[in-house]
Amino acid sequence: MVKQKIVLRFPPNIVEQPIIYMMIKDFDLMVNILRADINPRKEGRLMMEVSGENADYQRAMAWLKEQGLIITNLEQQIIWREDRCTHCGACTVICPTGALHFERPSMNVQFDQDKCIVCELCLRACPARAMETPIDNALFR
Amino acid sequence: MKVNRSIEEINAKIKKGKAVVLTAEAVIDLVEQKGSIEAAASVDVVTTGTFGPMCSSGVFLNVGHSSPRIKLTEAYLNGVPAYAGIAAVDLYLGATALPAADPANRNYPGEFLYGGGHVIEDLVSGKEVRFEGFSYGTDCYPRRKVDTIIRLDEINEATLFNPRNAYQNYNVAVNRGEKTIYTYMGVLKPNLGNAYYSTAGQLSPLFNDPYLKTIGLGTRIFLGGGIGYVAWHGTQHNPSAARTDKGIPRDPAGTLALIGDLKQMNARWLRGLSFLGYGATLQVGLGIPIPILNEEIMQYCAVRDDDIIAPVTDYYKDYPNLEDGNLGYVSYAELKSGLINLEGGKIPTASLSSYAGAREIAITLKEWIESGRFLLTEPSTKLPSAEADIVLKSMPQRDPEKREDD
Repeated sequence: MVKQKIVLRFPPNIVEQPIIYMMIKDFDLMVNILRADINPRKEGRLMMEVSGENADYQRAMAWLKEQGLIITNLEQQIIWREDRCTHCGACTVICPTGALHFERPSMNVQFDQDKCIVCELCLRACPARAMETPIDNALFR
Repeated sequence: MKVNRSIEEINAKIKKGKAVVLTAEAVIDLVEQKGSIEAAASVDVVTTGTFGPMCSSGVFLNVGHSSPRIKLTEAYLNGVPAYAGIAAVDLYLGATALPAADPANRNYPGEFLYGGGHVIEDLVSGKEVRFEGFSYGTDCYPRRKVDTIIRLDEINEATLFNPRNAYQNYNVAVNRGEKTIYTYMGVLKPNLGNAYYSTAGQLSPLFNDPYLKTIGLGTRIFLGGGIGYVAWHGTQHNPSAARTDKGIPRDPAGTLALIGDLKQMNARWLRGLSFLGYGATLQVGLGIPIPILNEEIMQYCAVRDDDIIAPVTDYYKDYPNLEDGNLGYVSYAELKSGLINLEGGKIPTASLSSYAGAREIAITLKEWIESGRFLLTEPSTKLPSAEADIVLKSMPQRDPEKREDD
């Protein structure tokens, strides 16, 4: 079994195709969609957790690449710049999943990437702007 | 008093490397276990710290004379305006100043990515800063325009002067309205969705000397990673605010005006901040040593988060409209736990002031004193305290056409 959080990027020419339906039907994978957007350039971005048999998962990823999709790991989507973080904790009450949280009693801020769903609410709630996202995500804001 | 110790005696011990210094956090258990008299007998200095967003901060700059000379009437650092109405090349750059081109809240909520606080951080980091100045030209200052690059080490003076820092207690901000609001107290979700507080509680300087018995004019402090001084009481200083039976103000109370040489500070403790929908400001790290002159001072330094309460204030309607009242009081122990009880529900809390930073400052100041590089100062005069009966004033609303002095 595998369980993996991934980001799919759809080029404009396939954004209208039922890719996820086929991925579930043909590869027998379980899909939990976390977030989906289409930007003004008609590029799509889909963040999801995928689980299933390892062989099915590998075949599905190969098939997605053949269709022209770009696959990245969700962990690379939100970056905690610890050098910028002042550990004030403003983010900890904005983050909906507890990925950003206080470690008590030290009151140091910690970032647990496994819990991050890339909602991006932290990016602007952080007064020190210590949370970053790769530049290509800007097109989806 | 059973214990009596002078600042002179403390300094003599510091010089010999024999002073006993504890942080305001570490001293709590000592006083609880041994009592304030025994603790006072063994401890010479308690160090405090706080590292929070502090509007009412800024820097006086003298950028040096150009050739030919200019008498600045307008000045911009990386596009951020500085006040030039002081002298030819003397300026004051405030932490909340914004470039004229900033979209502010025209695209609500605005991001305020670069303001005066960020310029101060860039200057103290040693970065090159674009300097533009304008004037009308005089016989003695003929130049009308300058456009150049400056660096902190090349200008004559850069004096951090913060008219109001170190707030003794502060509101806990909540939103009772039905839409998200964007405030200097952070992003507040509707229907009491979250609460923000902003002091270091038991580590915060003025909670450890609540009646300003040791902190006064000229007190030497940790400021922005360097050495600074208490310059005056701060603006909106309100030491007559209501207090608990332990003498701790229940509401925002005393404040300090602080001064220091920016050139020996560092960006670790002076950080430009952007508050969504509100503006730019500066996060200031400061720490104040409290000389343990007697057991009374020791007892004040033993204050703990359970003893300190703060008013929960609605920032949807009450704060903006300067309306009195609050939704009740909560302790810093509750606030730091991550949840407070309010109006029958539990509200998640978070801080805007860095407690981890406050602790690091208190430890750093302790190390400075232990190593002999930081001596305490005797205040040259006291600051107004509770007995001053200061009443905080609000702005009068009068018809400008009806002046009484005409």
